[in-house]
Amino acid sequence: MFNHGTLERHSLLLVAGILIVVAIGGIVEIAPLFYLESTIEKVQGMRPYTPLELAGRKIYMREGCYLCHSQMVRPLRDEVERYGHYSLAAESIYDHPFQWGSKRTGPDLARVGAKYSDEWHRAHLVDPRSVVPESVMPPYKFLAATPLSFDDVAGDLKANRMVGVPYSDDMVANAKADLIAQATPDDEGQDAFKKRYAKAEARDFDGDPKRITEMDALVAYLQMLGTLVDFKTYQADAPENRR
Amino acid sequence: MAKRNEIDQATGTETTGHEWDGIKELNTPLPRWWLWVFYATIVWAIGYWVLYPAWPLVTGYTQGVLNHSQRADVAQAVKEMKTQRAVQGKQLQGATLQQIEADPNLLQFAREAGKSAFGDNCATCHGSGAQGFKGYPNLNDDIWLWGGTLDDIRHTIQVGVRSAHPEARVSQMPAYGRDALLEKNQIADLTQYVLKLSGQKANAAAAARAEPVFKEQCAACHGDDGRGKREFGSPNLTDREWLYGGSAAEIRTQIEQGRGGVMPTWGTRLDAMTVDALAVYVHSLGGGE
Repeated sequence: MFNHGTLERHSLLLVAGILIVVAIGGIVEIAPLFYLESTIEKVQGMRPYTPLELAGRKIYMREGCYLCHSQMVRPLRDEVERYGHYSLAAESIYDHPFQWGSKRTGPDLARVGAKYSDEWHRAHLVDPRSVVPESVMPPYKFLAATPLSFDDVAGDLKANRMVGVPYSDDMVANAKADLIAQATPDDEGQDAFKKRYAKAEARDFDGDPKRITEMDALVAYLQMLGTLVDFKTYQADAPENRR
Repeated sequence: MAKRNEIDQATGTETTGHEWDGIKELNTPLPRWWLWVFYATIVWAIGYWVLYPAWPLVTGYTQGVLNHSQRADVAQAVKEMKTQRAVQGKQLQGATLQQIEADPNLLQFAREAGKSAFGDNCATCHGSGAQGFKGYPNLNDDIWLWGGTLDDIRHTIQVGVRSAHPEARVSQMPAYGRDALLEKNQIADLTQYVLKLSGQKANAAAAARAEPVFKEQCAACHGDDGRGKREFGSPNLTDREWLYGGSAAEIRTQIEQGRGGVMPTWGTRLDAMTVDALAVYVHSLGGGE
């Protein structure tokens, strides 16, 4: 007859029992998320980050922006009213790791792209209180003075490709040229860059046409956040989009 | 249990049968209230499975009898909000200034709705009191680069300034210094001329030297008298109100660099009613025409 005491007295038996119970939980709760149609959302408009945006994203993570800013508009009326359409899981499809966050000392940034001018972002990053007197954000003045180190950007693309981001060989091979083209509007690589990354915007993000700084990368990243999906054509009421 | 363990004399409770150096452990049962709360949570969970989406299946998941969807909920909440605002929102649509001002309810509605939208979207650049910052115009005064009527303000919000919108309000002051369009001494003279225009202390000789340059380079946009022209969004240089500062050094920097701020397109981000309400709010801040 089965006796609980037997289980408690034999540690190997107990470990095996724990493993079985945890495995059942995992199989039931986690495994279906990998194959269920209703949890794998697809949406039109998403493209992989450009090399410059990817570099900006790395700076965003390096500086710990996610500690105070979330990147997820939750499906609640007041959130939608303030920030715009609620975030879709598919909008983070190329985020490794995603930046949803749960702490909002500052506002949510999921839809901050194109909301303010580049000039505002620069002024705000250099000295937040020069434009928002009540802000408690620390200044990031050094970004404008630090040249972006991007010799290894092709490696970043490759690393992302290993976890499923569809960067083509072409994109990886031209990563460095594309990064320069996006930050230099009159660069000759402009057309090739725009062909590779649909609807990506190329301009001098940091206001200093002579060099490419970390400010270029971070502002380029911030200015595209939440802008890829066209919510004018997104069918939020469609049964497959109901959750 | 196959065999009963010893009963403790003092408490009358069964022991677990474990003994360490003569110390025995009581097998005190769980408090009944605790046990029943535990059972209740299990029953609650079963109720939850029945009512709400819960279990993943092979091709889908259990929907629950309430057919709950958080996205449908928020869509419903937004719809209710829009219905609530629809009546006055419709009145606002295409209403003239006189019509809005004649209806105190409508005016208050527009100002309140505009104020809350201003707080998140506009205050970031123009300041929470709409007082502006260097490079971002003050909206409380009666100086309007692109016009201060209700329609002008609405259009500016709608399309933005130097934004990506095809109809954006666009003007670009040349960077006379950076692009070497004028000599250094010409820029120094022009600075004195602008100082003189605004009634500040200026070097008369230098200003006189700059007059033909001003007529040739600047007057097309700023006007012969330097009072600015709305169709170009060019500021009045005589009123001592400055977007980028009015000291000699600041004026000189502006002539050298020709800075111009960007206001994003709001027509694509905000709905029409919000833009209408914002226009009324900004117009009512004090300087509306």
